[in-house]
Amino acid sequence: MSNIRHNLQLTSHGELQHLLTIEGLPREILTRILDTAAPFTEVAEREVKKLPLLRGKSVFNLFFENSTRTRTTFEIAAKRLSADVINLNINTSSTTKGETLLDTVDNLVAMQADMFVVRHAASGAPHLIAGHLANIGNRHIHVVNAGDGRHAHPTQGLLDMYTIRHYKKDFSQLTVAIIGDILHSRVARSQIHALSILGVPEIRVIAPKTLLPSGVERLGVRVFHDMSEGLRGVDVVMTLRLQNERMQGALLPSPQEFYKSYGLTPEKLLQAKPDAIVMHPGPMNRGVEIDSVVADGAHAVILPQVTFGIAVRMAVMSMLAGG
Amino acid sequence: MPKKPPSPKLPEAEALLAALVAAMRPHAGPAMALVGIHTGGVWLAQRLHAALGLSVPLGSIDVSFHRDDYASKGMRRGAKGSSIPFDVAAAEIVIVDDVLYTGRTIRAAMNELYDYGRPARIDLAVLVDRGGRELPICARYCAHTLAQPLPASQELVLTRAGDDVSSLLSLQLKDRPNE
Repeated sequence: MSNIRHNLQLTSHGELQHLLTIEGLPREILTRILDTAAPFTEVAEREVKKLPLLRGKSVFNLFFENSTRTRTTFEIAAKRLSADVINLNINTSSTTKGETLLDTVDNLVAMQADMFVVRHAASGAPHLIAGHLANIGNRHIHVVNAGDGRHAHPTQGLLDMYTIRHYKKDFSQLTVAIIGDILHSRVARSQIHALSILGVPEIRVIAPKTLLPSGVERLGVRVFHDMSEGLRGVDVVMTLRLQNERMQGALLPSPQEFYKSYGLTPEKLLQAKPDAIVMHPGPMNRGVEIDSVVADGAHAVILPQVTFGIAVRMAVMSMLAGG
Repeated sequence: MPKKPPSPKLPEAEALLAALVAAMRPHAGPAMALVGIHTGGVWLAQRLHAALGLSVPLGSIDVSFHRDDYASKGMRRGAKGSSIPFDVAAAEIVIVDDVLYTGRTIRAAMNELYDYGRPARIDLAVLVDRGGRELPICARYCAHTLAQPLPASQELVLTRAGDDVSSLLSLQLKDRPNE
């Protein structure tokens, strides 16, 4: 199964056909996405923030799960490339009338869509759509995974890599720590795959046992349960949002308890290198996974992440549409 | 094997550059702003900027975002982005490129400039006009026009001997890969 999934992303010439997951992508493709994104960052400073690359293309944002922020950044990216953007919040629309996911897709194919940006609570939904397009012989429509279940959030992973490269220049000497709710986090999975493909020698995860997926070591990470140990000497600190709404049962006593042990405070950050950068995928729970002093402090690059995210999504879309 | 047409004798790039400087000097005023097109045009623009002693900072343009063959050829690798470090509305812009051919690159560069505002004036300076225009575009400053247009199978490129701004420039004729 996993081979089929990965091949689905690449054309027979090794070009990107869909972006479904970072897992299994060659380093060359990741690097090319980051390189392509670099000149797009400057577009935001122009009087006319628009390029004609996707002129006349229809990009459908298919959000089966709510996410205003991610949807907005994809929408801005597509509009800066001159695409027509159609936003569908499908949990409030046809699926409640009983239409299946693939029926919805067939309808959008009939509307001459050019790209689907898919967010779904079920892991694998974007793969299912990409597989369906292949089955019906449609090579024209490209699928971008905008987050599926606990599985992957590849554009977030890529924008994080862009941010790290922007500040640290080179991946080959870095120690990177990812802190928090790894268990529920598709962002963490995408980050770990991207960091290891790009050659980061030491990837750490710092979390309580209850918030780590079993067998996480097999992804090539060092596991820490103690913050001051895990943060010692790191170059990059990647905090994750504590997924309150997904926290079923008693994985944690309370958000306050989490903050005490795993919240990133200025004191705990002292263990990291003096020039360490602090990242967060947003939206932040201040006083839970990150202290406000750190979130607004000199180490934080959280707002640049948002800016870079638009350029990275423009790069992905323009590489797909021009492929 | 089909017989190749005889290659035209190529002029010296450095001599052409000197001729371009001489042609532009009478018009070089405080509002003249040079914008080089990546990559050969940027090398030339750097040299022209120094030789003409211009005060407006040098700009550079990457036309990847405005190419009209994007839909068929895709995103060009290694796009460098544009840098326009002056107010285009007040500037008398001279686009600088090494070789003028179909005119499509210049069209893309003009579109790119318009994303920064409404330029007061745009001129074009090139080292060589190789013929073969497909758009109504001509250069105000042109150091050399080939007597016979080059066939589409050939590519005329500017090369630079080193990474230094003052490294020797020369013209080369190459066979185009896919045509």
